Amino acid sequence: MITERIDFKKNSAEALKSPKLKKALVNFTDRSRNSRKKAISEVSEWEELRSEARRIKEQVINNLDSYLLELEESVTRVGGKVHWAKNAEEASSIVVNIARENNVRNVVKSKSMATEEIELNRHLISSGINTVETDLGEYIVQLCNDHPFHIITPAIHKTKEDISKLFSEKFGVPEYEEPQELTNIARKELREKFLSADMGISGVNFAVAETGTITIVENEGNARLATTYPDIHVAIMGIEKIVPKFEQLSIFLSLLARSATGQKSSTYVSLITGPRREGESDGPRQFHLVFLDNGRSDIAKSKETRESLYCIRCGACINICPVYRQVGGHSYGWVYSGPIGAVITPQLNDLQKTADLPFASSLCGACRDVCPVKIDFPHVLLSLRQRVVEKTKGKPNPAQFMEKMAFRIWSFVFSKPFYYNLAGRMMVFLQYFYQKENELQGLPYPFSKWTKEKNFPAFSKKPFRRRWKEKYSAKMEHQ
Amino acid sequence: MLKVLSGMGLEVKFPQNQTCCGQPAFNSGHRKETEKVASHFLDVFGDGDEAIVCPSGSCVSMVKHYYPELFRNDPEKLSRVEKISSNIYEFSEFVFQRKETLSLNSAYRGRVTFHDSCHTLRELGINSQPRELIKSLNGVELVEMEMADACCGFGGTFSIKYPEVSKSMLQEKTDSILDSGADAVVSTDMGCLMNIKGLISRKKMPVKVLHLAELIAFEDTK
Repeated sequence: MITERIDFKKNSAEALKSPKLKKALVNFTDRSRNSRKKAISEVSEWEELRSEARRIKEQVINNLDSYLLELEESVTRVGGKVHWAKNAEEASSIVVNIARENNVRNVVKSKSMATEEIELNRHLISSGINTVETDLGEYIVQLCNDHPFHIITPAIHKTKEDISKLFSEKFGVPEYEEPQELTNIARKELREKFLSADMGISGVNFAVAETGTITIVENEGNARLATTYPDIHVAIMGIEKIVPKFEQLSIFLSLLARSATGQKSSTYVSLITGPRREGESDGPRQFHLVFLDNGRSDIAKSKETRESLYCIRCGACINICPVYRQVGGHSYGWVYSGPIGAVITPQLNDLQKTADLPFASSLCGACRDVCPVKIDFPHVLLSLRQRVVEKTKGKPNPAQFMEKMAFRIWSFVFSKPFYYNLAGRMMVFLQYFYQKENELQGLPYPFSKWTKEKNFPAFSKKPFRRRWKEKYSAKMEHQ
Repeated sequence: MLKVLSGMGLEVKFPQNQTCCGQPAFNSGHRKETEKVASHFLDVFGDGDEAIVCPSGSCVSMVKHYYPELFRNDPEKLSRVEKISSNIYEFSEFVFQRKETLSLNSAYRGRVTFHDSCHTLRELGINSQPRELIKSLNGVELVEMEMADACCGFGGTFSIKYPEVSKSMLQEKTDSILDSGADAVVSTDMGCLMNIKGLISRKKMPVKVLHLAELIAFEDTK
């Protein structure tokens, strides 16, 4: 949960100062944009897949309660246990309690944004349970005491030099330069952790209601190891992650891999249906599935913004976003960044504290075009903007108050042609002090925000409508 | 625009009372203020019997895609929105539909690059029409810039709320324009053009910024 207001302006100004970050962002977004483009060009029925996936998600979110009950029943049937968590605190305590009841000392985790959302690591570690991230990017982020920069590729803001230095500091090894050498160090360190773990924690990419199967998609094999080797497996899923039928999984797996990383398929796709069964020689002895609500059922109630829950967390919207490309993940102040962050963070947290985010978009709509489930991001952002304005009516901050007044005056002037023309004439008079050739510079606040870096066109002394009138006065009878 | 449309043999009217479609307020979350201005728009443009042509794709998109939502509880206005929506056009799509009547003798000589304005491209699905029109002009060569479809950073009040982010986006856009080697950049939205021109003029970059209509009706100023 967010405790302090997210200041997007301040955060992004900080990010914009770093040329190193800019370079990393441009490289990363260019690469992922191109690989996605190539991957989807190989699927002739791509648009049909998107439509079908959206239809399925619509159906799931409209009937979320019954699908959750069906999933619970299926998971129980195959020997797993389902836990319902209303909010972040409940979810964390459920996991901590499972660990305590089983005397768990060491936990290995695979990448999961839901666990980031509930700050599970902090809870486990403060309860005296060693908890280690095993996805390479997440491991790096954890070692730096940092937060993920991206939902799929959490450490793209770190260069290999940064990582080399970090590993050298943490593990007393030389400062290797080759990524392969660095990966080997992490692999060696992590292998020890896997072997001593009593519990593995994972997220869930998709959970099949009819069979109770959870699906985990990854490229490093760490999630497979974390969910099979330790005696206990705890999976945490946002309640929107349901897919009704097993046969529908293939649609989502294809959409996810190609949208996220431009792969035909992820390297590891694990389908897990309950714990080890009688007669089997390996696999965890306990399987727990935590249903995390944490505000999602409220989103499901809103007709305007419900589609935010269709998201399959591929990150394509982030990779295409021209705003993210400038400011990176941390500017969005919480677990989710880019367009999906701008949409979901304000809905899962206090709206006042996250009010900057729905406005942190130029509404260009590139995200909507790449979204595998066709979330209409501009539409949802606009709904949230209206919500912010409505909610702040009672006690607006000075900037919100100024804006409200400005739009009130604007709506008056722009709905009365007489005042509109008068205002135009006033501008021609007022601009005299700022005019340089045909453009304006050095305008007073708030227009100074524009003229600090750019010129603004001057109002014409003889506006178009006056020229029109003179030229066509004979034809004026129709207007 | 007037020159181009009249040149195509069309009678052009300019309702003197027109102001704005209301998009600035709508995009900032001010629904009530939007309704006021949008209602005025409906009053001015009446029943949609005559085609409405607009120099900015985003205004057309506002009317087509967001008026229905804005007036969802007002059946009377909603029916007017429906009529107007079916007869409102972004400039390039309107001209392209009648391209055989268009004079292709622009006085412009040189290489131009085209910037896809976001709403023209993604809300209206228009991308080939303006390019075809540019290519058909005598003496004009179209060169594509890198990421022509990337946002220029304008976004209405976005450019005032987060001017640093907006500027950073714009910088990438003007870099692409310069790298293309074109001597003019052309687009189909006054918002993008104002934004792009703002930086190009400030930095005195050697590129003209033109609306598609200005390119088509370009006159030698000597």
